Amino acid sequence: MKYLSEYRDPALVEDYLKQIHQVTTKPWTLMEICGGQTHSLVKNGILDMLPEKITMVHGPGCPVCVTPISIIDEAIYLAKQPNIILCSFGDMLRVPGSKENLLEVKAMGADVRILYSPLEAVQLAKENPDKEVVFFAVGFETTAPANALSIVQAAQTGVKNYSILASHVLVPPAMEAILGDPDNLIDGFLAAGHVCTIMGMEEYYPIAEKYKCPVVITGFEPVDLLQGILMTVQQLEKGEYKVENQYTRYVQREGNKLAKATLEKVFEVSDRTWRGIGKIPMSGYEVNEKYKRYNSRIKFNLDLPAAEENKECISGAIMKGLKKPLQCPNFGKACRPEHPLGAPMVSSEGACAAYYHYASDQKPAEALS
Amino acid sequence: MCLAIPGKLLSITAQLDDTFRQGKVSFGGICKEVNLSMVPEAQIGDYVLVHVGVAIGRVDEAEAMQTFEYLKQMGEMEELNTPENKNQ
Ligand code: SF4
Repeated sequence: MKYLSEYRDPALVEDYLKQIHQVTTKPWTLMEICGGQTHSLVKNGILDMLPEKITMVHGPGCPVCVTPISIIDEAIYLAKQPNIILCSFGDMLRVPGSKENLLEVKAMGADVRILYSPLEAVQLAKENPDKEVVFFAVGFETTAPANALSIVQAAQTGVKNYSILASHVLVPPAMEAILGDPDNLIDGFLAAGHVCTIMGMEEYYPIAEKYKCPVVITGFEPVDLLQGILMTVQQLEKGEYKVENQYTRYVQREGNKLAKATLEKVFEVSDRTWRGIGKIPMSGYEVNEKYKRYNSRIKFNLDLPAAEENKECISGAIMKGLKKPLQCPNFGKACRPEHPLGAPMVSSEGACAAYYHYASDQKPAEALS
Repeated sequence: MCLAIPGKLLSITAQLDDTFRQGKVSFGGICKEVNLSMVPEAQIGDYVLVHVGVAIGRVDEAEAMQTFEYLKQMGEMEELNTPENKNQ
């Protein structure tokens, strides 16, 4: 209970914990989808406070972790072109590509810039008319609308030297891929709150029904997570499998209609390869035909050879909930945040980095199965 | 990077057409330009939930204050400062 005093509402936390301990009679494995939730669970020591019967496994909801090596290589290739300014969210710079990462390319003189928003990249394109500005557009449904909006903004204001290298991924197809895996151990999901702020709840009903698996849309604060866990376990103990919304203050059933309309305007759903997991059909967004002049892949005729994944990294098994970070033989040895072998050790939303920073005193976990 | 943070809409700084609006938003003192196209209902003084420079929803004030408190405690507000100015 060492972190309890840091909570914004310790009494509420204690109350939820007590209820979770009371309702849990059988062993359950729950997966939180979002890397922000993983970060919060580990950082706040929540994993140690849950009943032993509850195993939390950490899902693929970290865009830094699931962007495949091939796309990192594409970004590196573009960054090396003399007339290109490659912009990205900061976390992407240290993710290893097949030979190097963006930070190393930047150190060698490439114009790589870290931005807070894709809209800043459009502004940068306006200010540098003699350069091509590429935004490395990674993200889940939460981030995709901002990336789409940057294209709308460029189109509306006549900015032609802007394009995005899209690596968008979608939560529901990933959940299906995980649940459909014959080794799947997951009994219930905490769905990602902010993803649902955009997309709403509708997509999850067929999944809960088909796999008889409760889905509780959950926030990322300690109190949210505990309430989400409690709601999921209550369903499981009663044999129910409903879609419920813990995060009512930010999530409406229909999501944000304007954001969804912007996505539809600019993107089309496409197959996507997930780092560590492999190809998942119809699990991403690519720039559509109408806006193809803003698609870096078309603009620069990208056609790089497919890259091999690092076989020493077990991130795929971790993101499918089959293994925990401490079960990776490289954890904290060959693979550390300063020298990551795999992407989940890079971003603090990656499960391996979260364990490394906040839970490294833990003993290696028992095998899950 | 997936965090969405609530902030208070201080002023409208640009309005291209009916939907395209931009405004200044304060996140517990740190001010940022935010695109408001997806929250046409947001008025000056309202709290909006912001992710990578775009407001994606409106938030109740009390809720926003609590979230700030939590983010401050957790040291999660630094994401707002573009790392470019900070360390790269
Ligand atoms: S510890 Fe490193 S090598 Fe092992 S799964 Fe995590 S990122 Fe991959």
